[in-house]
Amino acid sequence: MSQGDDQSAIKTAEAVARRSYGKLVAILAARTHDVAGAEDALSEAFASALADWPVNGAPLSPEAWLLAVARRKMIDAVRRRRVSAVASGHLQLMAEELEATASLVPEIPDERLALMFACAHPIIEPGIRAPLILQTILGFDAQTIGSAFLVSPAAMGQRLARAKRKIRHAKVPLRVPDRADMRARLTAVLEAVYAAYTEGWSDPAGTDASLRNLAEEAIWLGRLIVTLLPKEPEALGLLALMLYSHARRCARRSPAGEFVPLADQDPALWDEGLIDEAEDLLVRASAFDAFDRYQLEAAIQSAHVVRRRTGATDWVAIERLYDGLCAITGSPVAAINRAIAVAQTRGPAAGLAALPVLALGSRLVEYQPYWAARAELHTRMGETAAAREAYDQAIALEIDPAVRRFLQRRRTESFGQYRTT
Amino acid sequence: MQYMLLVYRSEAKYKDATKEQKAETFAAYAAYTEILKKAGAFVAGSGLQDSSLATVVRAPDGKPTVLNGPYIESREQLGGYYIIEAADLDGAIAWAARCPGARQDTVEVRPLMVY
Repeated sequence: MSQGDDQSAIKTAEAVARRSYGKLVAILAARTHDVAGAEDALSEAFASALADWPVNGAPLSPEAWLLAVARRKMIDAVRRRRVSAVASGHLQLMAEELEATASLVPEIPDERLALMFACAHPIIEPGIRAPLILQTILGFDAQTIGSAFLVSPAAMGQRLARAKRKIRHAKVPLRVPDRADMRARLTAVLEAVYAAYTEGWSDPAGTDASLRNLAEEAIWLGRLIVTLLPKEPEALGLLALMLYSHARRCARRSPAGEFVPLADQDPALWDEGLIDEAEDLLVRASAFDAFDRYQLEAAIQSAHVVRRRTGATDWVAIERLYDGLCAITGSPVAAINRAIAVAQTRGPAAGLAALPVLALGSRLVEYQPYWAARAELHTRMGETAAAREAYDQAIALEIDPAVRRFLQRRRTESFGQYRTT
Repeated sequence: MQYMLLVYRSEAKYKDATKEQKAETFAAYAAYTEILKKAGAFVAGSGLQDSSLATVVRAPDGKPTVLNGPYIESREQLGGYYIIEAADLDGAIAWAARCPGARQDTVEVRPLMVY
C-alpha cells in the first residue's frame, strides 16, 4: 500500500468524521438514549477505520462501515456490563439492525435534528444546551468547548456528562417534536445555536482560532436546521441573522486592529454573497407571515446593510423594527438599541429619554453598551461632564482592548473642543 | 419506562376551597385516572392524606425516633402521586400536562429507577 493511499484513506476518515459525526451519534443513540455510549463506540469505530482503511482501502459507504463497526462496539459494551432485561432487549434489536444493514449499503437517515432537540430538551439546563449540541453534532471535545465558553475543561466535561446522563436515564426522546411541542422546543434549539454563534462572535479581533471556528460552526448548524426544517420561519430568520453579522466580520477592525463601529464601517468590506443569501432567507421566512424575534433582528440587520446600496442607513425602519423587538422580548438590550435609533430619527434628547431607566440592582449597570450609548448621546447634547462619566463606566466594563481604545478616543473627542491635548 | 408524577399543592388553599370546588377537583382526578387506565398507562397512584398526619421515622442505630409532621415543611405539600408507563420523557410530560394537578398546582415528573 503506497503512502498516497494511506493519506487518502485518512483524508476520507477525516472527511466522514466532519460530515457524519452527529448523524452517526444520533442513529447510534436513538434506541439506547445513551449519547455518551454512542460517542465512545463511534470514536472506537473511527480508530478502527484509521487502522483498516489504509490497508484495505476506504469502503464504498464509509458511513455504513462506521455504523456497523460502532454498533458492534456498542453491543460488546452492553455485554460487558451487567445485562438487564431491558438491555438484552436492546441487544437483540441492535443485533437485528446490524444484520439488516450488513448485507446492503443502506440509505443512512439523517437524525441530527432529533439529536439537537434532545440536547435542547427542557430537562437539560439552558446553559449547557449549546455546548452539548456542539459536542454531539460536531464532535467538539470538552477542552475546546470549555475554552469557548470560558469554563474549565474539567467543569465543562462534568456538565456535559451530567446532561448526557439525563438524556439516558430520564429517557429523553431523540426525535423531532410534533406540531404541538415544536414551537417551544425549536426556540430552545435556535437559542442554543445562537448562543454558540455569539460566543464565537465575542472574539472580534479574530485572534482566537477556536472561537472564530465556533461562529462558523454555528452557521453550519443553522444551515443544517434550515435544510431539515425548511418551513420554520424562525430557523430561516436565525440563519439570516447570523449571515448578516458574519458578512461584516472583516469590517469590524481597521487594518491596524482598531475597533470600527457599524456606522463607520466601509460597506465595500462587507461580504456581498452572505448578505444576498441572508436577504433571500429573510424573504423566504416572511412568506410564512409569522414574525418573531430572529426575523426581526435579521430585518434590523437588513435595514443596516441597505447602506451598501443607498449610502444611508434606514433609521426610521430600524426604530420601527426595534419597537417590535422590544414588544416581543421586553429586552433592555433591545431598548438600548432602540434608543440609539430614536436619537438618529428624533435627536439625542429623545434618544436619552428612550434609554431604559436604571433600576436599583439592574444588570444593565454592568452592560458596557448601555454606558457607551449614554455617553454618545450626552456628547451629542454637549453635556460633557455626564458624557465623560458614562465613558468612564463603559471603559471600565470593556474587556476587549481595541474597543477600550475606541471608547477612550471618543471620550477624549467628546471634550476635545474645550481642552487641548 | 415508568415515571412518577408527584403532585404538589397548597393544603391551606385546598382547605379553603368550597364543597363544589372540592367535588370538581375529585371528579377531574377520577376522570384523569380513568383515561390513564384506558390508555394502559396507569401503574399505580393515589392521593395522600394531609401532611399534618405525616410522621418522620429514623432508626440510625436500630432505635427508631419518630417525629411528627412532614419531612420538608414548605408552602406546598406532596398531595398525591401517579406511577405511569410512558415511551419516553416526552410521553410522561404529555401525561403530566393533562393531570388536573398541572392546571391548578404543580406536577413533578421523575423517572423510576431501572433495575
